[in-house]
Amino acid sequence: MSKKLIQGNEACVEGALAAGARFFAGYPITPSTEIAELMAKKLPRVGGVFMQMEDEIASIATIIGASISGAKAMTATSGPGFSLMQENLGFAAMTEVPIVVVNVTRGGPSTGTPTKASQGDFMQARWGCHGDHPIIVLAPSSVQEVYDLAITAFNMSEKYMVPVVLLYDEVVGHLREGVELVASSEVLNREFPTVAPANYRPYATGDGLIPKLAPFGSGYRYHMSGLSHDETGFPTGNPATIENLVMRLNDKIENNRKDIIKYKAIDMEDAEVILLAYGSPLRSAQQVQKQARARGEKVGLIQLLTLWPFPHELLTDVYAKTKADFIVPELSLGQLADEVSKSVPRDKITRVNRNDGALITPAQLEQVLKGVM
Amino acid sequence: MNYKDLLRKDKMPHIWCPGCGHGMVLSAFLRALAKKDFDPDNVAVISGIGCSSRASGYLDFNTLHTTHGRAIPFATGIKMAKPGLKVIVLTGDGDSTAIGGNHLIHAARRNIELTVIVFNNNIYGMTSGQYSPLTPHMKLATTAPYGNIDYPFDLVNLAKGAGATFVARSATVQPRHLEKVIGQGLDHNGFSLIEVITQCPTYFGRKNKMGSPVDMLQWQRENTSTTGKEGTIPLGIFAQEERPEYGENYFELIKTLGEGKSGE
Repeated sequence: MSKKLIQGNEACVEGALAAGARFFAGYPITPSTEIAELMAKKLPRVGGVFMQMEDEIASIATIIGASISGAKAMTATSGPGFSLMQENLGFAAMTEVPIVVVNVTRGGPSTGTPTKASQGDFMQARWGCHGDHPIIVLAPSSVQEVYDLAITAFNMSEKYMVPVVLLYDEVVGHLREGVELVASSEVLNREFPTVAPANYRPYATGDGLIPKLAPFGSGYRYHMSGLSHDETGFPTGNPATIENLVMRLNDKIENNRKDIIKYKAIDMEDAEVILLAYGSPLRSAQQVQKQARARGEKVGLIQLLTLWPFPHELLTDVYAKTKADFIVPELSLGQLADEVSKSVPRDKITRVNRNDGALITPAQLEQVLKGVM
Repeated sequence: MNYKDLLRKDKMPHIWCPGCGHGMVLSAFLRALAKKDFDPDNVAVISGIGCSSRASGYLDFNTLHTTHGRAIPFATGIKMAKPGLKVIVLTGDGDSTAIGGNHLIHAARRNIELTVIVFNNNIYGMTSGQYSPLTPHMKLATTAPYGNIDYPFDLVNLAKGAGATFVARSATVQPRHLEKVIGQGLDHNGFSLIEVITQCPTYFGRKNKMGSPVDMLQWQRENTSTTGKEGTIPLGIFAQEERPEYGENYFELIKTLGEGKSGE
């Protein structure tokens, strides 16, 4: 199979379409706009719907509505728009409607630096909505990974009935690389109810904890609400029912961490220093790790592909075995390093932070590595 | 079909206060709907947040209770992903003209086929009586203790100006008229908005010393008119035009592209 030279944002569209996405609603924002433009061109040609909405709040509301009607639906935005989407992201988590939200990150806070990369949305992607909600966040670092993880994002969303955020920075979004446009995994679709409509309780899940929500208009008439609800979908004030709901929403993800958490760990066995990164800083870390190994230095590399749920079990295990020093380069003031410090002692973590719109270069990382070795 | 069969009777009693007009609006809506030939499986009722928006839970259709102000974009996605559904939005004055005002005018502009029924009780009832964009000038509310210095929208003119192709206003004191205009809105191929003046005796009425629920209906009788009586709030149909519907345009585009060259 020959490779095609395309941009990260184009790969996102190709991956989404390969996963079966047939509905897009969005609002223009740098540096994600190419996704909307390409969707506008491609979706009607495959019988799908593209809508440019009045704002990001309407965009996410509209894709949740489309998913409730049974479509695989997505939106794409960047930091400011992602902030606006938080309330309805929580609605999708609460009502268990699968959607994919792409956040191509740019410098913040506020309007910030629209055309430069940042990773300042690491925590917002996990904790931007109010309440103890479930979410999955995937983070590609190459154009090929954007394509592959766009498919994974839809698959996980349909499988776990949860919103999935595809998070990558501006550099990954605008980078052009050769990509094989072949789905590396099978396309998954949400399960439909098997009981008769008269006996249907939309949020009765059994052991798998994952509801089978019938699309509107399929003969199952039921009620869906962002209010705390029971198995029938209707509001409840009963403390035990509320607790069951919140625990189930979170457990359906926590119980499947092994399936959801994806990463690449390279040269761990004898590692004395481990570089840990995702996104554009990972690309510099990859080069530095390779060069260090060529020099005979015992340096390993961990690439995070799933950011949330965060792979604490992996880091705890790696640290227990290696007692290695960690170097954590990131385009923020330490959102990632702080999370790593829950599994690795703080004094074993060297932080490399940038928030000026410029990239963390291999040369900068080499300097840091020299200091740690 | 008897309209009572369209209710989820096991969800009664409803949460609305004694004397509230919302049940009258709901009953007029169901009477209008029962006369049509819709299969309840193909009807979706979407609501936002507030007293009015609790209505969706009492109806035996596909029902969705969304976030504050956002019922219209949720409904837009439901309709565009499944155009065969009859999609109705039940919303309040705060939900649709304050936090959801932007979505309202843009849905009207697109002329997407949604029937939007605005329960206008001039107040935020669910949060106990704050002024809304439809609270008249100098009326009292808990957040306007010295009188509301804001000026209200004229919702009919707002919707017309935004391009809505069916716009009507009715009132709970006119249940037959209300049922009739809702029925016409349901038949309309395009965006339809029906503003319904309804009484909130608990907050708006009490704060403004309007008396009992019956007194508030009497106020409506004296201050609204279906015949354009001077000095009253006009009731009736204020826009009714045929213009290609948004979804029809979109799916026509898909067809055209399908018939043309395959493109890239």
